[in-house]
Amino acid sequence: MHWRLNRDRLIAILVLLPSIIAVLVFIYGFIGWTSWASTLNWNDMLPIPKGSLFPNTNSIQLDNYIRLFTVDQRFQIDLRNTIVFTVFFIGSCLAVGLSLAIFLDQRIWNEGFFRSIYLFPMAVSFIVTGVVWRWLLNPGSPEAPVGVNQLFANLGLPFLQSRWYTNPEALYFTPESPVGQLLTQIGLGAVTTPNFGISIAMLSVVLAAVWQMSGYTMALYLAGLRGVPDELREAARVDGATEFQIYRRVIMPLLAPITLSAVIILGHISLKIFDLISAMTGPGPAFATDVPAYYMFDTVFRGNHFARGAAIAIILLISVAVLVVPYLANAMRTEVRR
Amino acid sequence: MSKKWFAFLAVIMISAMVLAACAPAAPAEKTPVEVFSWWTTGGEANGLQKLIDQFNAANPEAEVINAAVAGGAGSNAKAVLKTRMLGGDPPDSFQVHMGHELLDTWVTTGYMEPLDDVYAEYGFNDAFAPGVLAIVSYEGKPYSVPVNIHRGNVLWFNKAVFEANGLTAADVSTFEGFMAAADKLKAAGITPLALGDNGPWAATHLFETVLIGTLGAEKYLGLWDCTTDWSGPEVTKALENFKMMLGYINADHTALSWDQANQLVIDGKAAMTIMGDWANGDYTAKGFEGYGWAPPPGNTGIFDALSDSFGLPKNSKNPELMKKFLGVLGSKQGQEDFNILKGSICARTDCDYSKFNAYLQSSAADWQKDTIVPSLAHGAAASEGWLTSINDLMPTFVSNGDVAAFQTGLVQAAKDSGVCK
Repeated sequence: MHWRLNRDRLIAILVLLPSIIAVLVFIYGFIGWTSWASTLNWNDMLPIPKGSLFPNTNSIQLDNYIRLFTVDQRFQIDLRNTIVFTVFFIGSCLAVGLSLAIFLDQRIWNEGFFRSIYLFPMAVSFIVTGVVWRWLLNPGSPEAPVGVNQLFANLGLPFLQSRWYTNPEALYFTPESPVGQLLTQIGLGAVTTPNFGISIAMLSVVLAAVWQMSGYTMALYLAGLRGVPDELREAARVDGATEFQIYRRVIMPLLAPITLSAVIILGHISLKIFDLISAMTGPGPAFATDVPAYYMFDTVFRGNHFARGAAIAIILLISVAVLVVPYLANAMRTEVRR
Repeated sequence: MSKKWFAFLAVIMISAMVLAACAPAAPAEKTPVEVFSWWTTGGEANGLQKLIDQFNAANPEAEVINAAVAGGAGSNAKAVLKTRMLGGDPPDSFQVHMGHELLDTWVTTGYMEPLDDVYAEYGFNDAFAPGVLAIVSYEGKPYSVPVNIHRGNVLWFNKAVFEANGLTAADVSTFEGFMAAADKLKAAGITPLALGDNGPWAATHLFETVLIGTLGAEKYLGLWDCTTDWSGPEVTKALENFKMMLGYINADHTALSWDQANQLVIDGKAAMTIMGDWANGDYTAKGFEGYGWAPPPGNTGIFDALSDSFGLPKNSKNPELMKKFLGVLGSKQGQEDFNILKGSICARTDCDYSKFNAYLQSSAADWQKDTIVPSLAHGAAASEGWLTSINDLMPTFVSNGDVAAFQTGLVQAAKDSGVCK
């Protein structure tokens, strides 16, 4: 008996070992490499000597980070864009996904058909989504609109036309506006600039991303809704609750864990987003749709600023970790309790 | 059922493995030589194939592997190349813009072999213009063989639109003239200047022609060794000219690429566009003949040059064969065959232009008599780091037109480049 257990354990270790080593090297090893690279004075195409992991250069400690946060306009705009994108993307996906799920949950005719339609966008890659939406939202000129703008013109709704992702402006509280004056009075005058605004062009990208991912969110919520036992609904009905109250007071609280998972999944997609931006808009006018991941690629492979790119990578890693680690810790604790 | 499927899958996989093992086995006796570029479509890919065919015919023991990476005007290829070079796995030769992209990224950092023996063996020292030799050399030794010369500063216009509005090429040879002509076109409901800066380089491209046009050749050259002051009033004047021109562009410029902007000129929706002479190839490919060309405002007598060249990395697996390939690239026959397809002129001075089209003949004549300056947007004038910094300033200026902030940014970029104090 004792021997058997040991053999089991040995097999378990042997089976797990390759993936443990792979994870150590290819994830944690490379995180370590990138963190070290981000502190070097490696902003040229310096050769890497044979047998070495880094070029011969000196460390400049945190200068690459300091530069990003102090003088680098593009990076600061990128941070704004990421926050705008994340908030609007997650918010809209949850709202649209939940609405669709509730709609499908009404035992409607041919549910499978609609479910497939809403889920299909998820099957295409962000690259395809990006190219298609770039064409759809290409504004054309005011005299000769194309894409969605042309549709609005033909429908007699020209006021709905927009410059979409070619709009370089941002919505923000100007120092003259009432809110801006209030902010200045309480010592937050610094936020009354476009750098703390909502980039309008980014909303077009949000539209494309929501089109793609809201079906997935719907699937998550639908699974959650199907997991709510009918007894609960019936009990609520017996107690005299209206359908709205049932959703608001009984079902929504039960869906909270689903919402959390959805936020984590959508959140890490949105912080790392690169392919959609690359295919749809690139950095955009005045960097209106630029994001850190795109800047990282640009600065490393066009500008040869390897260390600065590594610093951006580490900042991205930290921001994703801030989102994911509490969730993982929480999930682990629950598992141990079980 | 499932067993049958398993057997079926197994047969497929085994046959796939057998096929995969067979495929590369056949031409194994030939020595592979890998040539890396971003020429994957149209005339440039056909031109490269001509060169490869010439080399293969002369060297039956060798087999050229055409390792071309598509997309993004070379940016994807450059990313792949940099990864390979850093990882110690260089191709036998690769495409690189002559000038600072070659020198600052690859030569001063020690990745390349000097090519003085190739130049001596094939007589390239006498075949290329002295200006070209200077641009590909570092410490007196050449480091790449230029295949072609493109001109960056060309203003293309739709002849019919110009005629209908009573304009000629001479009207837009100065900034004042351009402004008057553009106002006239605008009043007629035509976009005066088409721009497609979906990639910011197209705006930088327009910007460099404005710098040349405002500062003149000598002071423009001075920008890149800092003898011209980036914070000075002449640069301010250039920025104001640039801003003036940006006032006449199409509203959807950030949604378009350069060839889509060119399409606006073909369709007669826009009157002009300022783009390198690859636009000529675009007109030919689209079967459009009603176009004319002129130097952009202030650019008369100045040739803004860029060139694709090929060098020899250290640790190349077959340096001797590669040197023969470079010999073909620089030969008269090779350059004539290549450039007629690529739509550019020869880096050599002795090409026969009788078979080239009218634009290229005029460009070749200008190449002989104009003052030659290196292009910024295409890697000749400044290092890639400096160029990237300028590209990074471009989208903001194009949308907000803040001259003072742009100039401060340009001064900072010049400092960051390490060239200026």
